[in-house]
Amino acid sequence: MSVISFIVFFIMYKAGDPVELLLPPDATHQEVVQMRAYLGLDKPFTTQYAIFVKNALKGDIGNSYIYGQPAVDIVIERFPATLELSFLAMFFSVILGIPMGVIASVKPKAILSRSIMFFSLAGISIPVFWTGMVFVLICSVYLGILPSSGRGEVLYFTSAFTWDGIKHLIMPVITLTLFQLALIIRLTRTGMMEVLMQDYIKLAKAKGLPNRIVIYYHALKNTLIPVITVIGIQFGQLIAFTIVTETIFAWPGTGKLIIDSIQNLDRPVVVSYLLMVAFIFVIINFMVDVIYTFVDPRVRVK
Amino acid sequence: MSEMLRVENLKTYFDTRKGLVKAVDDISFTIEKGEILGIVGESGAGKSITGFSLINLIDSPGEIVAGRVLFDDRDLAHLSEDELSNIRGGEISMIFQDPQMSLNPVITIGKQLIETVIYHNPETSKQDAYKKSVDMLELVGLPAPEKRMASFPHQLSGGMKQRIVIAMALINSPKLLIADEPTTALDVTIQAQILYLMKKLTKEYESSLVLITHDIAVVAQMCDKIAVMYAGRIVEYGSNQDVLYNSKHPYTKGLIQCLPKLNEEKDRLFQIPGVMPSLLDLPEGCYFSDRCPYADEECKIYPETTTIEGRQVSCHKVNQIS
Repeated sequence: MSVISFIVFFIMYKAGDPVELLLPPDATHQEVVQMRAYLGLDKPFTTQYAIFVKNALKGDIGNSYIYGQPAVDIVIERFPATLELSFLAMFFSVILGIPMGVIASVKPKAILSRSIMFFSLAGISIPVFWTGMVFVLICSVYLGILPSSGRGEVLYFTSAFTWDGIKHLIMPVITLTLFQLALIIRLTRTGMMEVLMQDYIKLAKAKGLPNRIVIYYHALKNTLIPVITVIGIQFGQLIAFTIVTETIFAWPGTGKLIIDSIQNLDRPVVVSYLLMVAFIFVIINFMVDVIYTFVDPRVRVK
Repeated sequence: MSEMLRVENLKTYFDTRKGLVKAVDDISFTIEKGEILGIVGESGAGKSITGFSLINLIDSPGEIVAGRVLFDDRDLAHLSEDELSNIRGGEISMIFQDPQMSLNPVITIGKQLIETVIYHNPETSKQDAYKKSVDMLELVGLPAPEKRMASFPHQLSGGMKQRIVIAMALINSPKLLIADEPTTALDVTIQAQILYLMKKLTKEYESSLVLITHDIAVVAQMCDKIAVMYAGRIVEYGSNQDVLYNSKHPYTKGLIQCLPKLNEEKDRLFQIPGVMPSLLDLPEGCYFSDRCPYADEECKIYPETTTIEGRQVSCHKVNQIS
């Protein structure tokens, strides 16, 4: 995380002078110098970074240049919206993707399996911004049944508890889900097909276990190991890269915040966002490792 | 003795992209109660597929295309999957070739044993199934069985795993046990123990055993009857004594000649010239003809199976071989 903080800090330092964007074009030279001194931007890079680290260790990453509030607070305020999207998308991808992958692997030649595979191929190849815009076009512009932007009514940090909020959620969640779902289907299917060829599956059948037990217990338990790894990675990615979806649906989450802040060269916000994302990646990886020990006895340490 | 299993003209074919592979082609044999039948042959002769065909567990693209597998008046080649799962692991069970691969790596030994009991005897309680599993592990000579119940396969050695697989196969006291090279993955001392154990259990429980192996010495020690397979067919089939000590098929003779003898000094062991033909590219007539020292024009037609001196042989030259 300290490496990330340094890299981000450096890039933002090199990217340009935020003061020019903050002040009106007709500001006097004195005003510029004053502003720079106020924000601490008049000092050399190393001094700036040293001050940043000193404050960051105390939990203060600095105030946003634009909003004047602590940058961390701004990011945290926006986080529920992003988490909500990513969490719902991941949830639907997993509960739909794993069974669909299993079905597609057990009878690969059946029509149902073929349609699942066709769907997942489409999901993988169609870019997110395109699906998002087509959804807006169909559901909001032509049919007018779903709102095209915003979060709607928010209750307990999420839109999922109000009808208005749910209506706002549908399109962005589906847009985000499609790709993840397709990925999980393909992964589960490939994993299952591999596992189903193993001797222990044949032995499970030779023991006379019913087919559903062989598939959903003996085979799936082995297939889940690699799938869980990818789910973990993908979940982190979802949180970090909802940017496109949030931009299309004007979703007030961190993805949109980061784009705006990069454009405004609002360094404290960008740094705190990226630190937060890095932190979430660490947490998710930790959780994946914990889940691993439950699923795969081979990684359990005595 | 009464009959346990009768196989009639069984054919298991694999319809592959490269062509039709007749992995098991028109084989017939019977097994009596308490009897041990050995199926011998080189790798790829169709021994394992024969074993799997007996419980009708053939992976696609293979399937039983003809013939009958009669067990207790039921034809296993034509039963539904549900009826088959009742028989598999219950009345007929199977031990696989590679113990390293035949246990599920993410499920404990105990669970894998208990589920075998419970699915065949739904009225058994978990406690009883547990006790039965521990007893069975003890019977196959696994030390500290209680501790092993909680182990995962990767924590055990190959010999231990094979004993567990055998325990799993025997746990529902099957009437017929099919053992597909049960000892190839084990070292020689454990091999002997395991074979002895299987023979003992077969005789004790009056069950039957089909022992699939390429090791003719094992067959000689263990089996009452022997079927010799070559390229998907049985070439010689009869009692242990007849087939081993008075072989009538040149292939069987060759196999026996390959064994080193203690009273003979030799630099090189005997080998049958050539290799077994690919099942996709079989020679015309008798499949063994291009490796056979007796072969001539007559062998361009596949020989009928004839019964001679109490055993069945498929060879034109039976009378020339003594």
